[in-house]
Amino acid sequence: MRGRYLHITLLSIFVVAVQVITQITDTTYYLTQLTMAAYYSLVILGLTLLMGYAGQISLGHAGFFAIGGYTSAVLTTYNLIPYKEKAIVKVMASMGMLQMREDLYGGQILNLHPWIAFLLAIAITVAVAYVIGIPVLKLKGHYLAMATLGFGIIIYRIVLGTPLFGEADGISDVPAFGLLPGIEVSGDMSMRIQNYYIAWVIVIVAVLLLLNLIDSRVGRALRAIHGAEDAADAMGVNTAEYKLKTFILSAVFAATAGVFLTHFNGGIGPSEASVMKSVRYVAIVAAGGMASIWGALTMAAVLNFLSLRGYFGSYDDAVFGAILIVIMLFAPEGILRLPVMKNIQRLLRFKPSEGSDGAS
Amino acid sequence: MPCKGLVPEVERYMTESINEKRRFGMRVFRVLILALFIFSIVVTPALAKDTIKIGAILAVTGPASFLGAPEAKTLQMLAEEINSQGGINGKKIELIIKDSGASPEKAISFAKQLIEEEKVFAIIGPSTSGETLKIKNICEKSKTICISCAAAELIVNPVAKYVFKTPQKDSFAARKIYMQMQKMGIKRIGVVVGNTGFGKAGKAQLEKLAPEYGIEIVISEVYDKKATDLTALVTKLKAKNVEAVVNWSIVPAQAIIAKNMKQIGLNVPLFQSHGFGNIKYVKAAGAAAEGIIFPAGRLLVADMLPDNHPQKPVLIKYKRDYESRYHEEASTFGGHAYDAFMILVNAIKKAGFDKEKVRDAIENMKGFVGTGGIFNFSPQDHNGLDIDSFEMLTVKNGKFVLLENK
Amino acid sequence: MSVELFFQYIVAGITYGIIYAIVAIGFNIIYNTTGIINFAQGEFVMLGSMIAISLTPYMPLLLAIILAVIITMLIGALIEILFIRWLDSPSVLRMIIITIGLSILIREVALAIWGENVRALPYFTGNEVSSISFGGVHISPQVLWVIGVCTVMVLILQAFFKFTMVGRQMRACAANREAARLCGINAKNMVTLSFMLSAGIGAVAGCVVSPITYSQYNMGTGLAIKGFTVAILGGLGNSMAAVVAGLLLGTIESFSIWIMPTAYKDAISISILLLILFLRPGGLFGSKEEMTLKEF
Repeated sequence: MRGRYLHITLLSIFVVAVQVITQITDTTYYLTQLTMAAYYSLVILGLTLLMGYAGQISLGHAGFFAIGGYTSAVLTTYNLIPYKEKAIVKVMASMGMLQMREDLYGGQILNLHPWIAFLLAIAITVAVAYVIGIPVLKLKGHYLAMATLGFGIIIYRIVLGTPLFGEADGISDVPAFGLLPGIEVSGDMSMRIQNYYIAWVIVIVAVLLLLNLIDSRVGRALRAIHGAEDAADAMGVNTAEYKLKTFILSAVFAATAGVFLTHFNGGIGPSEASVMKSVRYVAIVAAGGMASIWGALTMAAVLNFLSLRGYFGSYDDAVFGAILIVIMLFAPEGILRLPVMKNIQRLLRFKPSEGSDGAS
Repeated sequence: MPCKGLVPEVERYMTESINEKRRFGMRVFRVLILALFIFSIVVTPALAKDTIKIGAILAVTGPASFLGAPEAKTLQMLAEEINSQGGINGKKIELIIKDSGASPEKAISFAKQLIEEEKVFAIIGPSTSGETLKIKNICEKSKTICISCAAAELIVNPVAKYVFKTPQKDSFAARKIYMQMQKMGIKRIGVVVGNTGFGKAGKAQLEKLAPEYGIEIVISEVYDKKATDLTALVTKLKAKNVEAVVNWSIVPAQAIIAKNMKQIGLNVPLFQSHGFGNIKYVKAAGAAAEGIIFPAGRLLVADMLPDNHPQKPVLIKYKRDYESRYHEEASTFGGHAYDAFMILVNAIKKAGFDKEKVRDAIENMKGFVGTGGIFNFSPQDHNGLDIDSFEMLTVKNGKFVLLENK
Repeated sequence: MSVELFFQYIVAGITYGIIYAIVAIGFNIIYNTTGIINFAQGEFVMLGSMIAISLTPYMPLLLAIILAVIITMLIGALIEILFIRWLDSPSVLRMIIITIGLSILIREVALAIWGENVRALPYFTGNEVSSISFGGVHISPQVLWVIGVCTVMVLILQAFFKFTMVGRQMRACAANREAARLCGINAKNMVTLSFMLSAGIGAVAGCVVSPITYSQYNMGTGLAIKGFTVAILGGLGNSMAAVVAGLLLGTIESFSIWIMPTAYKDAISISILLLILFLRPGGLFGSKEEMTLKEF
């Protein structure tokens, strides 16, 4: 069995174990926040690829999350009933692209099927990431940071200033996303366990994809870019193309998370596009150790879970600020690689240490 | 231990090679086990106590903290007061305040947490319209009473069985303003609002109702909630020769716009919304606040009300309690939380500890005297306030006073 | 648009612009000596004004401002000593993240100290409603204070870097840190000094604009983003160009309101930033070669 499949198996067992424990202890309500944390982890996985492996910072990833979430939210809540008789609507209906539903107050709503909305959201994300990525990725260091930050702010402004996107209120009453008959992304209490598995299966697939990617030719090229971009360029690596593709892929991760979480929450607000959210994603990638899929995943799941449950109270932002500083000052390689962590792990060992972990 | 069977696998794998990456993988594995262990300790169900749990989702920090902070303080004060008097019908109140920072996604998470996990009796809040609209369906589906402290009319229209709100309707505020304008003979106005949920809702009402009162909105603008200087914006208003300006927001820019208008010599009446009901903004605007006209609940002018006004005792008591405890002036926002909490407490006192009965009691509550006005709920009206809950106020010598019509 | 209106917009633009320029100069001073963009620059502006406001009840305005500036400078030095000084050639990414973290922390500490309330210093002359009229164009006296103080500050800075020993040493460090060290200049102290200097400038700016814009714990972020935009517009490290760029951006923003909904004002200035980054990363006034020759 190859290494990464072993890890994936372990992760899967862990995911199942958590669900079983909550079932036994009658605490299934934890799954709500674990599901939400899973979707945020997806954003962070994408960002880890971009920051840790390709070495390109992005302070605008909340923007891509918002593009995904808002596109899907708008398309699935826009009521087409007034246009029912229009030819185009009829054609779409006959192709099964629309769905009819009833809201809680008995109103009839005819809207685009979430699958179509999802695909459109991804298409738009790819297009935006492509157009933005070409010029942005030519920049380095502070300029890159500022350009991506600027992109994030523009998305935030558009979302906040446009009536179609609900301005400050955001969009509410987003319907459930029926993935397959009987399987749907919805925040309904009865769907909790199902949604927990949907979210984590997506995360596991994403991890699998990333691990394969990192071990492939692409991954080696990315690391070369990270190490010394000019040298990689000289060696014939098409750095621009690799960087762009990574950027697009990580944007798609963020947008997918946006779409699913919006359907799970039943709505989205401008806070999802805010600069603070982007900073948070960067903080978690940093805390996970930049170039560590597993570190990022652990940190993303744990920190988001705690934050969403309100454990940080009014100090939510302060906690993330402190994490950024402490990690970058004392453990730029991430928490999991700190000597203290090694000692903790040693305590948990199943066999005596071979004691040469110093390399990290 | 379910993972034990895997250990030989792991060991075999470990011995194959000892490169850095694999050891790291091993570490990940151990961390996962550790996490699982901690998780199973953490998730022990809480013990039931003989209290009544009331949840609150408020924007105590973040961009709407000027709403959430006084609301949270008010609730804490009230809960302590009631508990010191022996609680409601013998049960002490356990107040759980969650700080959402005005983020809808957190409000959603907290609402589910409060409902499913804490099994709260009711939820007070959220502070902002955006958050309330997100959790409206959650409360409705789980049959949990939610009394919002946010303004937007969408919260109670369409009426959701379990969702109520205490702030006065925006449309009443808009009507009050327009009625005053008619008295003053104003026809051409400019509307400026902040880009918050409050501003958005106000703009919609102002634009909808203007024709009814024969008023023409010649310019309508949205500015950023963090705007620090609006000189350019008021210059634009001046160019349109407006006869009055309506500013609808809850942010500090309310004071800035007043100053900037005076500074560039735009000397037309400035109307504000009920969001101006916070003396801090008057202080911030200083001399520029003089003469601002705005509708508001009577809390701000409690001392000036005639003694026989039914609201006077309630208002004076709330104001005194709040101000002596927190050493800051009470605002109408804290009052919204006061109303929400007291409506709930009174309904429980009347109907006992059955959620359905309490809901019915709120829906049928008549003549409840709160800080925002006198509430008369009905199955069609989950706000319960009428247009008389507003009084037109103005600023005179740095203080709120009732507007006297000549 | 009438002539009066035109000038009214110009005045508004200059007011915005000069504040942006001051923040940008703060960025540049630290950037030149360290190569770091201090994302917490806006927080210095906030700290300066908030401290001054807290001091005013106990002393005359001028004294409160001077004291506030000194305290902010000490905070700037402290930040450099605690968080920056001992790092051994940190990567750009690491520094970006540290300063972003600092900015969040300072903001949260300010929230804990001062709460969410909006505060303001009193007007230096006149009050909220007074204005001076120049042929139909109305200007608040405080705007004149802002323009005056900031202009004087820029001139003093220029003189400091040109004519004083310490200023020249800082320039030497900026031009070539290694060579400067070989000449006996303590480069580390110069870095601390640059943090103090830019904290002080930020604090002064915070104090003069406070009557106009008010002060709140979260006022820093917006200013920092605008300041950075201006710094890049002028070319990173070039302070005089930052002044020109600041005035330009301020005026553009001010006029953009004339034709665009105000809600998109910030999106406009950020779009300009992106365009500059894509087309002329060296800034409006610089070429790529000049960029390597850092000069104040």
